[in-house]
Amino acid sequence: MDIIIAVAILGGLGLIFGLVLAAASKVFYVETDPRLDQLNECLPGANCGGCGYAGCGGYAEAVLNGEAPIGRCASGGNECAQAMASIMGVKAEVVTRKVALVRCSGEKHYDKDGNLTSGARVKAKYEGFKDCLSASKVGGSGPLSCKFGCLGFGTCVKACKYNAIKIVNGVAKVNEDRCVGCMSCAAVCPRKLIVPVEPKRNVVIACASLAKGAVTTRGCTVGCIGCGLCKKICPQEAITIERNLAIIDYTKCDNCGLCATVCPKKLIKDSNVEKL
Amino acid sequence: MTESILGIILSALLTENFILVKFYGICPFMGVSKKIDTALGMGMAVTFVMALASAACYGVDLILQALSLTYMQTVVFILVIASIVQVVEMFLKKAVPALYKALGVFLPLITTNCAVLGVVLVNVQEGYGFLHSVVNGAAGGLGFTLAIVLFASVRERVDKAECPECFKGFPIALITAGLLALAFMGFSGLKIF
Repeated sequence: MDIIIAVAILGGLGLIFGLVLAAASKVFYVETDPRLDQLNECLPGANCGGCGYAGCGGYAEAVLNGEAPIGRCASGGNECAQAMASIMGVKAEVVTRKVALVRCSGEKHYDKDGNLTSGARVKAKYEGFKDCLSASKVGGSGPLSCKFGCLGFGTCVKACKYNAIKIVNGVAKVNEDRCVGCMSCAAVCPRKLIVPVEPKRNVVIACASLAKGAVTTRGCTVGCIGCGLCKKICPQEAITIERNLAIIDYTKCDNCGLCATVCPKKLIKDSNVEKL
Repeated sequence: MTESILGIILSALLTENFILVKFYGICPFMGVSKKIDTALGMGMAVTFVMALASAACYGVDLILQALSLTYMQTVVFILVIASIVQVVEMFLKKAVPALYKALGVFLPLITTNCAVLGVVLVNVQEGYGFLHSVVNGAAGGLGFTLAIVLFASVRERVDKAECPECFKGFPIALITAGLLALAFMGFSGLKIF
């Protein structure tokens, strides 16, 4: 008898609560725009935050409310932008894929006795938190001689949701196949070394040193000294030297790779010559 | 009256802290404590639900007592808590969207949290009245918030610090939680008057 009462009470309670929930879902029904779900489906759902909104859901809502432009999603690329545009009933520009580039070539190589053969010179041993921001705040602007170079403590590695960055010989390297161009690494780099570039446009200046040539040379064997050889040889006149650093104007550059061949420091990388 | 309420608050916050002394609700404590922001959100949601569940289950318990079915408390309370959280979630989405956004994903997460069930069962065991039950629920939730926020802030620092490879990540978090619990054990014996 007891068991029947118990089952009846519990079943009855379950039924009542079920009915209350069903009623509540009718009473408190909130209409949502069906386009929101569609937009959410287009987005990759990685929540990388590269668009500047709190995850893919936040971006979809912002697009729906007309607050954000279409095509901010780097990891979705062109396909995603076009799909979102067709949902919203507008035309989107073609979005080209970009990948992150670490503008530093200072990979450290040592000989048997521990002397530096090439790369950035380490002036002090840093023993604090293994974090680039912490390291860059140490007096004398960090353990490297070069005030601009990659510290190599891997803050960007931790920030990358796609596991695309690796520290090789003390310098961060981006795996271009994995990189989706969300640039969350660029946001955390205290030296602002990471910039977006087109993946096939691999004539890139892999240095960010604005110091004078002599100072750069003292700190690193592969730093840009602003010698201007690349500027002279460029047939498209795409290279300029600003504050002791070569800069390529990609609207003019045709990827010929001549600059990479003349650079005395071998820091202009050309994908036709060598893979980064 | 005030003395007993103050006593309940003190014990729920410190001496009988739900996480660090009673070891209820360890799952969200370990899971949602990587950042202080999310820990705080979780804590707020738990406080809200605990107070609400204490109030609702007090009423349901009266009915069970009248039918002399007190042996079914646990299973009935689970049912009550789960449906209350669902209704509250729907209500908030409609009526207070801002609060709904703030509590966000945490509300459904704590539907089946044992800390919520624990506080309700403690209320029944101690024979608290309506006011005392609600106070115990709210203070228990605040105790949860205190513990999880403390833990999250420690964890944020420990994540950056150097530690042996074999302790990295979860192991060191477990050890941290143990040390924190040890510290809270120091509160035992604390009394008002």
